Amino acid sequence: MTVREEHLTTEGLSAYAEQAGLERVGARPKLRRYIVEAWRRRELAATLASYRIHAAMGQNRLGLVWIVLRPTLLALMFGTIFFVILPNSSRPDNFLPFLVVGVFVFEFFSASLGQGARSIINNQGLVRSLNFPRILMPMATVLQRVFEIIPVAITMMVIVALSGEPITWNWLLVPVVLAIMAVFNFGIALIFARLTVHLRDLTQVLPLLTRLMFYSTGIFYSIEAVLADRPDLLALARLNPVYDYIALVRAQIVTGNSQTMEMWIVAVAAALLCFIIGVIFFWRAEERYGRD
Amino acid sequence: MAATDTRTPTVVVDGIDVEYRVFASGKAAGNQMSLASLKPKGVSTYRALHDISFVAHEGESIGVIGHNGSGKSTLMRSVAGLISPVKGAVYASSRPALLGVNAALLPNLSGARNVMLGGLALGYSKAEVEEMYEDIVEFSGIRDFIDMPMKTYSSGMSARLRFAIAISRAHQILLIDEALAVGDKDFRQKSQERIRQLRDTAGTVFLVSHSMKSIRDVCDRVLWIDHGRLMMDGDPDEVIAAYEGKA
Ligand SMILES: Nc1ncnc2c1ncn2[C@@H]1O[C@H](COP(=O)(O)OP(=O)(O)OP(=O)(O)O)[C@@H](O)[C@H]1O
Ligand SMILES: [Mg+2]
Repeated sequence: MTVREEHLTTEGLSAYAEQAGLERVGARPKLRRYIVEAWRRRELAATLASYRIHAAMGQNRLGLVWIVLRPTLLALMFGTIFFVILPNSSRPDNFLPFLVVGVFVFEFFSASLGQGARSIINNQGLVRSLNFPRILMPMATVLQRVFEIIPVAITMMVIVALSGEPITWNWLLVPVVLAIMAVFNFGIALIFARLTVHLRDLTQVLPLLTRLMFYSTGIFYSIEAVLADRPDLLALARLNPVYDYIALVRAQIVTGNSQTMEMWIVAVAAALLCFIIGVIFFWRAEERYGRD
Repeated sequence: MAATDTRTPTVVVDGIDVEYRVFASGKAAGNQMSLASLKPKGVSTYRALHDISFVAHEGESIGVIGHNGSGKSTLMRSVAGLISPVKGAVYASSRPALLGVNAALLPNLSGARNVMLGGLALGYSKAEVEEMYEDIVEFSGIRDFIDMPMKTYSSGMSARLRFAIAISRAHQILLIDEALAVGDKDFRQKSQERIRQLRDTAGTVFLVSHSMKSIRDVCDRVLWIDHGRLMMDGDPDEVIAAYEGKA
């Protein structure tokens, strides 16, 4: 009898494997080991992100300029539309910088959400052929957005400055807010990256969800003014972290927008909470990615 | 008896069942929007492997044969840990490396960048990949095209590059899924040389192929998979004869 036939009973084989010191392949590692391993391989995510930017931009004539041109055109479009349809009285003060900050910061969120949600299903080739912590895929997409936000934020500040806003020390807080927001975006990307793997239909609903967020976070109107007589709804809207990130950036660089301690608390707490939930939620399905 | 078998096992596959989730597109006729279509009726599971068990040892090179869709690639992906079985488990002495046909990492990126990303995904640091870069490009033999996007490569060229990337790491367990089939004579020689080297240094090689000649050339044991089940496991000549007799 050969060894092969000898061990055809299930208990026999696994015991034999363990006795010989073999390890289970593809088993989901413990959370701690997973995070250590992902951190050790972070260069993969960073390199992938930067290559992606180059590849995407290489295909267009204007190249990297598109990264800043896109949100600028978007702001221009919304600016024109809302300037025409919104009566002067309901438009917030300093409408142009107010709107530009809203559109630019919201783009950071929506792109991370949309691309992050697709980061596993769009990289099936990579996921199916090489073994690495899958968390590096959503990490690469969010990193790509982080790299892109640098020229975008600079453009945003230039536009705001050109529109007549005074440059103050507070401007230095903008990168701080965006950094906290990046952590939040990463958590959201992780949660949705897993959800879309389970529920493919979600990719159809996401644009709607993004739209809804766009209209409810006060990009082109002031939530405070519109909901002035509905304190309950206002409190609810303020709990939306995306609103707080936008409001905090506005508070730094657009006059007439104030910040409260509460905003900072919501901003930091939401980022930490989303990040922790996202990492755990994503890790728990590690073995699941690539099976379809 | 296990105790009397002195060979060291490198891979133990223990009764694995593997399933795919399939997203079927709607049936051709009568696919109107209805409430029923909101249910995920398009999602079903397909069992690609049924209760596969075997043990592979140091110094073995194992051919895997079977009809199209029998589950050979699925078996390789499970051994590599890229799909986890719904039942049973795979054990290995070190992390197996899979070399598949569709392993093009990022088709829009140049060969050079794919080398970098492949190396990073294999667990090297950037500096280490830069150090190995010359050897990888040399082995692949496509230096003139290394800055072209990988999607412009011929199948042989991309197989060469992927093979060069995969063997850059001294893997003890190498799974080759038809990746050599498209290579020319020069490349076949080079790669068979590497496979022999690996075998001699106590490695284990799995080779999936539809070419019985290359299986006979390289392998000293063959697994025959049929409709997701292990039909036969043994001497190449016997198994191939049985497979060809049936086909
Ligand atoms: N991603 C997938 N989703 C759903 N079913 C799949 C998937 N990949 C493979 N299958 C199914 O699993 C079965 C086995 O496929 P597999 O690719 O392992 O075959 P194979 O033996 O490698 O065939 P070939 O000789 O053509 O390469 C097939 O019936 C196929 O339809
Ligand atoms: Mg195959």
